[in-house]
Amino acid sequence: MRHFVEELEQLKSKLLEESALVESAIYRSITAVVQKDEALARDVLANEVRINQIEIEIDDAAVSLLALQQPMAVDLRFIISTIKINNDLERMGDLAVNIAERALSLLGEPVVKPMVDIPHIAALVQSMVRKCLDSFVNRDADLARSVLSSDNAVDELRNASFHELISFMERSPGNIRQAVDLLSVVRNLERIADHATNIAEDVLFLTKGIDVRHHAEPRV
Amino acid sequence: MAPSACPKLKSIDLNFYYGTYKALHGISIEIHERKVTAFIGPSGCGKSTFLRTMNRMNEALRNTRVEGQLLLDGEDIFPMEVSGLRRRVGMVFQRPNPFPKSIYDNVAYGPRVNGSVRRGDMDAKVEQSLRGAALWDEVKDKLHKSAFDLSGGQQQRLCIARALAVDPEVLLLDEPCSALDPIATSKIEELLFELKKICTIVIVTHNMQQAARVADYTGFFLLGKLIEFADTKVIFKNPTKKETEDYITGRFG
Amino acid sequence: MTAALSFRRKATNLTMLTLSAVCTVVAVGVLIFILGYLLFRGGSDLSWDFFTKLPVPVGETGGGMANAIVGSAKVLLFATCIGVPIGFLGGVYLAEYSGARAAAAIRFVTDLLNGVPSIIIGIFAYTLIVVPMKKFSALAGGAALGIMMIPIALRSTEEFLRAVPNNMREGAMALGATKWKSVATVIIPAAIRGIISGMMLNLARVAGETAPLLFTALNNQYWSPGFGNAIATLPVMIFTYAIAPYEELHKQAWAAGFVLLSLVLAVNITARTIIASGTHKAR
Repeated sequence: MRHFVEELEQLKSKLLEESALVESAIYRSITAVVQKDEALARDVLANEVRINQIEIEIDDAAVSLLALQQPMAVDLRFIISTIKINNDLERMGDLAVNIAERALSLLGEPVVKPMVDIPHIAALVQSMVRKCLDSFVNRDADLARSVLSSDNAVDELRNASFHELISFMERSPGNIRQAVDLLSVVRNLERIADHATNIAEDVLFLTKGIDVRHHAEPRV
Repeated sequence: MAPSACPKLKSIDLNFYYGTYKALHGISIEIHERKVTAFIGPSGCGKSTFLRTMNRMNEALRNTRVEGQLLLDGEDIFPMEVSGLRRRVGMVFQRPNPFPKSIYDNVAYGPRVNGSVRRGDMDAKVEQSLRGAALWDEVKDKLHKSAFDLSGGQQQRLCIARALAVDPEVLLLDEPCSALDPIATSKIEELLFELKKICTIVIVTHNMQQAARVADYTGFFLLGKLIEFADTKVIFKNPTKKETEDYITGRFG
Repeated sequence: MTAALSFRRKATNLTMLTLSAVCTVVAVGVLIFILGYLLFRGGSDLSWDFFTKLPVPVGETGGGMANAIVGSAKVLLFATCIGVPIGFLGGVYLAEYSGARAAAAIRFVTDLLNGVPSIIIGIFAYTLIVVPMKKFSALAGGAALGIMMIPIALRSTEEFLRAVPNNMREGAMALGATKWKSVATVIIPAAIRGIISGMMLNLARVAGETAPLLFTALNNQYWSPGFGNAIATLPVMIFTYAIAPYEELHKQAWAAGFVLLSLVLAVNITARTIIASGTHKAR
């Protein structure tokens, strides 16, 4: 195999390693919130270091490839996409950390309200993350497009959840602290969905060479 | 300078003169074993002259003079017996220069003049060398055809095979792809990744992208001086000298 | 005024063009005329006997020049033994070893030798070989022709060696070959077709020489055993027969002329074919 192709493969496997770490961080942080699991939350915090480290490794490798190999066409798009996806993944990792921190903060609070919306949103967001990463691995443009269409659903769920939490705060001012934490969890989930959307857009750029950001292409 | 525990080649304050013209100014460098080292720089910067000093090829030119030391495994090459040195430090030239002989005889030439391979082992040596140069599959059915029947890229790989047949420790390549098309060039570049497993490679190239692609270490020459020598990634991502940056970004001159 | 100038220029152009074309036609025409005339005069008197029989005394018909044909071959063989090795090795030295200054001197001297009239070389061989041996011989004739071959042999060897690209020398030396080994195993083989054909042309050139043979090999009506005796050669035979006052001998001279020219032409064409078949390989 060509030496350059080997290096591209190495870059790709690094990115896959990072995405696995991020996916697991998101899953654990949500589970920590829902099940009030302190150990899982602390796990997420501890793992952030590894994500940051691998982010730097990927950037370094990608810049080296750009500087040394003069990639063209699909190779060029792959490396550019990798740099962008890398950035999104690292941000998703940070957001998972935020959620884990809320989970720790929620540990001492009594359960006053059954959690319905958050697991619901979380399931949708996690499915978006999985789909966008799968679409990257398989270079599957259709799967990437389906992620784009989920983004609106997440936004709607978030709005509904916000309304509910606000009215909860109005009804029960003593639990505002808890409600604000939950609000933050929803907000962070929604932002993870935004990054998943970005990744899906990058996958479309990678596979088709088209730019669908900011609704340049009508979404399905 | 990049540090190294035991450099394969090491020059210490090397000067070179064509008559009264000083072509190399105090070159000190360490070439790492089993790595690819590239020299880049504009025409006339001395990179080829330095390369040709490493196997004393410049001695064939009249009226030239060397000062300083060049150590091969710690031993100064200048007092050595020259043909013995050239057996250890092989060279591939800018233009493919196969001899007007068959493909087989081209590869067998070095072992024959050096008497390094027994007659009965020659077939195996020729095959091994041609495989080493990634040419075997293309020529195995026409070993006794003239080397001139091959394409330019094949001829250049034949020259590499010919050099490999004497089991060199160091292989010097003087702009080996400048006469080749992009496909032939990329074949040779791929080959270098294999060759560096068995020998130390020093390549001079006009094409700095080529240096970026193949080299582990890169040296930048300008006006007979070695301006900067470092890990290739450092040279191409963040060189320390302004001259290097100007050259690789095309802001030179 | 400009019209007149323009006319004059056109006229000059036309005159010169015509003149040079005519001269070219004359040059080529001379060769064709010689060939045709020789064929006409000599070809008709050629018979198998010419190649197999000895000359017969004046008055008798028939006979041939077998001894002269063999004699020419022997003299040229000896000339080759002298001219080719000396010229070849000298050429190798000149092309591969000598410094620029020595090379210029050697070239100057060999060019001078090439310019020495053949009769002078004949006297030289006469003085050095015929006089001490007290007899004319194939040896002396061969030596004279051999000396004449040296400068051209040397220069043509040099030219063909220099035409071998320098990167062949570098390629051989980079593989650890010593200088003489790279010359012997790469450079000379690369140039050998050219060198051989150069030698053949050279041989063809001296094959027709007459003057130096007149007082070295002399002539002989009979077979000449070995190399130590006077010997018949085609050019001298032509000379002798042509100036003799007998029509019979004139016919024989024309036939001999035709044979000599045919041989020389054949060698020329062969040599040029060798060069042509060799050059397309050396890119």
